[in-house]
Amino acid sequence: MAGDQLHQLRLHEARRLLESHELSARDLTEACLARLDSVEPYVKAMISVCAEEALQQASAADRMRAAGKAKPLTGIPFIAKDLLCTRGVRTTCGSRMLENFVPPHNATVIDRLLEQGSVLIGKTNMDEFAMGSSTEHSAFYPSCNPWNLDCVPGGSSGGSAAGLAAGEALFALGTDTGGSIRQPASFCGVVGMKPTYGRVSRYGAVAFASSLDQIGPLTRDIQDCAVVMNVIAGQCEKDSTSAPIEVPDYTAFLGRGVQGLRIGVPQEYFVEGLQPDVRRTIEDAIHELENMGATIRRDISLPSTKYALAAYYIIAPSEASANLARFDGVRYGFSRQLATTEESVLATRGEGFGAEVKRRIMLGTHALSSGYYDAYYVKALKVRHIIREEFRQAFEQCDLLAMPTSPTVAFPIGSKIHDLMQMYLSDILTIPANIAGIPALSLPCGFAHGLPVGLQLMASSFREDLLLQVGHAFQQASEWHLKQPLL
Amino acid sequence: MVHLDNYETIIGLEVHAQLLTRSKMFCGCQADYQDAPPNTRVCPLCMGMPGTLPVANRAAIECVMTTALALHCELPLHTRFDRKNYFYPDLMKGYQISQYEAPIGRNGWLDIEVAGAVKRIGVTRVHLEEDVAKAFHMDGYSLIDMNRSGMPLMETVSEPDLRSPEEARDYLIRLRNLLRYLGVSTGNMEEGSFRCDANISLRPINASGFGAKIEVKNMNSFRSVYRALKYEQERQAEILSNGGTLRQETRGWQDDVGVTILQRTKEFAEDYRYFPEPDVPPLVLTPLWVEEVKARMPELPEVRRSRFVSELQMSPQDATILVSSRAMSDFFEECVARSSISQARTVANWLLGDVSHLINADGVEICDCPLTPDGIAEFIDLIDRGTLGGPAAKTVVEHMYRTGKSPSAIIEEMDLGQISGSDAILDAVRQVIQENPKAVTDYRAGKAQSITFLTGQVMRLTRGRANPALTRDMLERELRF
Repeated sequence: MAGDQLHQLRLHEARRLLESHELSARDLTEACLARLDSVEPYVKAMISVCAEEALQQASAADRMRAAGKAKPLTGIPFIAKDLLCTRGVRTTCGSRMLENFVPPHNATVIDRLLEQGSVLIGKTNMDEFAMGSSTEHSAFYPSCNPWNLDCVPGGSSGGSAAGLAAGEALFALGTDTGGSIRQPASFCGVVGMKPTYGRVSRYGAVAFASSLDQIGPLTRDIQDCAVVMNVIAGQCEKDSTSAPIEVPDYTAFLGRGVQGLRIGVPQEYFVEGLQPDVRRTIEDAIHELENMGATIRRDISLPSTKYALAAYYIIAPSEASANLARFDGVRYGFSRQLATTEESVLATRGEGFGAEVKRRIMLGTHALSSGYYDAYYVKALKVRHIIREEFRQAFEQCDLLAMPTSPTVAFPIGSKIHDLMQMYLSDILTIPANIAGIPALSLPCGFAHGLPVGLQLMASSFREDLLLQVGHAFQQASEWHLKQPLL
Repeated sequence: MVHLDNYETIIGLEVHAQLLTRSKMFCGCQADYQDAPPNTRVCPLCMGMPGTLPVANRAAIECVMTTALALHCELPLHTRFDRKNYFYPDLMKGYQISQYEAPIGRNGWLDIEVAGAVKRIGVTRVHLEEDVAKAFHMDGYSLIDMNRSGMPLMETVSEPDLRSPEEARDYLIRLRNLLRYLGVSTGNMEEGSFRCDANISLRPINASGFGAKIEVKNMNSFRSVYRALKYEQERQAEILSNGGTLRQETRGWQDDVGVTILQRTKEFAEDYRYFPEPDVPPLVLTPLWVEEVKARMPELPEVRRSRFVSELQMSPQDATILVSSRAMSDFFEECVARSSISQARTVANWLLGDVSHLINADGVEICDCPLTPDGIAEFIDLIDRGTLGGPAAKTVVEHMYRTGKSPSAIIEEMDLGQISGSDAILDAVRQVIQENPKAVTDYRAGKAQSITFLTGQVMRLTRGRANPALTRDMLERELRF
C-alpha cells in the first residue's frame, strides 16, 4: 500500500500489516499526521494535536512489538474527544472554561489504550461540554463534515467522527449522552457505538449527565469496533457504576449472520420530520437484513418514545447543573478575580461558559429547585422507568431493534443554530437508548442527498455482541462502510 | 432571670463527627490529615478535578451503621446518597455528596439523665456525607487547605427534645462518649472532628407549637455549647418578655466575648436542590450485612454500666464514670478478671482515683500507658494482704505508671513494704511524741484531732510505710501514759 494511503486503512487491516512487519507504527503514525496536516485546515476536527508525543508513542509501540509484547491495538493511532482526560495533554471540553486545563490524570479508557501501545494523535473538537448536536457549540470553531465541508459533522463528538472520516486516525473515542457518538457517526459515514450504561468506565470523562454518559468507539467498520470494545469495556474500580459483568471477546460474534434473529422495527421511530430519502435508505437496509434471513417484526411498539426527549431535557440538564458547578475559577481553569467570592464566581462562569451551556445549567437548576423538583425531575424519572420497561418488553418479542440514527442527514452549518428546537430534535431517535441505558450502534447503510445515512441498532443491556453480529452481517452484504469522502 | 420562668426552652442538636477510617469518603487519600502539611492529603477526586468519580468507603458506611444501631435507629433496606448543591470556595465540586431522603439511620434515641431520672431524647436521623475543605480568610485573600475535603462525616440530628442547656450538654457528652466507645470517631471538639450546631427556640409555658428557631453555630467546646445556649436562652427570653418577636436566623457564638451575633437571616431560604447522586449506586443494607455489623459491635456503655452495678456491686456514679471511656472500662474488666469480684470496688477506686489523675495529667488513654491489668491485679492483691498500704501504695502505683515495672519489684527496689512489726513502729511513735510536745499536750487536753497530726509525723518518719491503723493504736496507747 502506498504511503499516502495508509491513513485509509481500517484498524484490523493495519493490525495485520503491523503484525507481519510490513508496516511500522512510526510509519503509520507519520502517515496519519501528514494526512492531518493536509486536511485539518478544512475539517477542523481537532482541538489539540500531540504530534511529538504520538511519534514517541509510535516508536515505543514498535519496540513493544520487537520485544514480542504487542497487543491488538499496539501502534494503532487514535484520536479522543476532548472531554476525556489525558495526563499532561490539555483537555478543554470545547470550552473557554478549560481552555488551558491540563489534567493530572488519565481517563480509564485512555489508560487502557495507552497500555496497549495505541498512539494518541490528538484531542477532538466537540460541542462545549458535549451539549449540542453539530459541534457549532464549540467555544473554538465548528468542525466540518468531510463529505461536504459546508455541513456539520454532527455532535457532540463531531470532531471524532469528522477526524476519523477524514483519515486523521484509525479510530476515535467519543462520548454519548443523548446520541453524541451515533449521530455524528451517522453524519460522517462511520460506525459508532454507545455501549450499555456501565459497560465502559466513565472515569476521566468530564461529566455532562452522569446517569446517561457513556464512552464508546467510532471506527471505520464493525470489526474495528469489536476490537476497540474488547479493550475499553469492563469493570473499573474507579467507577462504581461500571458493571461487574464479564466482557466477552466481541470479535467472536462476527460472521455468525442474522439467521434466526428477530429484528423489531418500531413505528414510533419513523417520525414526522424523518427525511423521505433517509426513510427509504433505512427501509432498504432493513429489507437487506430480511433477505439475509432475519425475521423483521413490525408489530413492536414503544409508545412512550415520544416522551423520551422531554425526559432527557429534564434529567440531563439537572445532572449537568451539578456536574458543572465545580467550574468556579478557584482551583483551575478560566478565572476572573473580582472583589468578592460571589462576584468572582459569577464573572468566571458568566464569561467562561458559552450560551448553550448556560442555558442548560439554568434549565437544570430550575428543574431541581424546590417546588419544581417533583413536577419535573421526579416525573422525568418516572418516564425513564416507563421507557425502560417498554424496551424490556420489546426485547422479549425481538432480539434487536432497527431504526434510523437521525431523522436527517448532515445539515448545513448555521442552519439550526438559531432554531434550538430543530437542533434538539436531531437527537430524538438516539436519546431513548441513553434513557434506557441500553447499547446502540450506528453503521453506514447508504446515502441520501449525497450524504451518509446511519442505520441504528439497539439491543438489551450488555448485548453489544448482538449489535456487532448483525452489523457485521450487514457489512458483509454491503459496501457502504468502504466508501470514503473525497477530500 | 425571672422572665426565663415564663418560657420553655426547646433545643435540638445537629452533630457532625468525622469518622475514624483509614481513607477518605470517596477516594483513597489517607484520612489522618490533622498533622499533615496543607494540601498533602489530596488527589484529583477530593480536589474536585473534572472527570473524577466517587467510590464510597465501605468502612465509613459501617461506622454509620454501627452508630445508627447503637442509637436504636431503624436501618432501611434501601439507602442512597444525594447531591446537595451550593457554591462556596471550600466545597470542591459545587455540591456535597450527602444523604437526604434515605439516611442510613432514622427514628432512634439516646438516653440522658435529668435530675437523677432517665430522659429519652429522640434521634431523627444519622447520615453519612463528605467534609469540605478548610478556608482561611486572610487580609484581602483566602487560602484553602484541601486535606479535609472528602473526609467521611457523620451527621446525627436530634429531635427538639432537649429542654435546657444542661440537657443539651449532657446529650452531647453522652453522644461523644458513645462514638468514642464504638470506635467510630475521636470525638475531639477542639480539633474539629466533632462539631455541634444547635437549634434553640423559646415558647411560653404550656404553649404548643414552636417559636422562631435560631440556629447557633461556631461552638468549639462542650463549654461553649453550654454558654452559647445559656446566652441565647436569656437573649430570647429578654426579647420576648419585652414584647418583641424573633425571626428564624443563624447566629454565631463569639467565645471570647460570650455573645452570639447574627450571621444570616432565613428570609431567603437556601435551596440545595437535592437529587439522587448518579455516580454512586444506591446502597442496599441487607439484613446479613446489618447482622455482621451488629456482631462486631462492642457492648454498649449503658448495658455495661448496668452490668457493673448489678454484677460488681459498683456505685452507679463510679460505673458511669468508668464506662464513659471504653479504654478504661475494658482495662477495668481485665483487672477484675485477674482479681476477684469482691475486689472490683477497690480496683475501681484506684483506677478512678490515682490512675485517672496520672493519665489525665499526661493527656493519654489508659491503653497508651505502661500500666497492665496484671500489674494492677497484683497491686490490689498486695494491698489486700497488707503488704502495701496508704501513702506507699500511691508511690508504687505512680512508679508502675511511669516505669511499667511490677509492684513487687518496685516495693523491693524502693523498700516500701508496709511496716507492721510493732517494734519498728513503736520506735517511731516514741520519737514523734518526744519531738512534738505541743501536739501531745493538746491531745491530752482533749483536742482529738492532734492524733491525726501525730500519725502523719510517724508516716513521715517511716516514709509512709507504717501500717496506719497500727500506728494510731500505738499512739493512743503511748499517749495515755
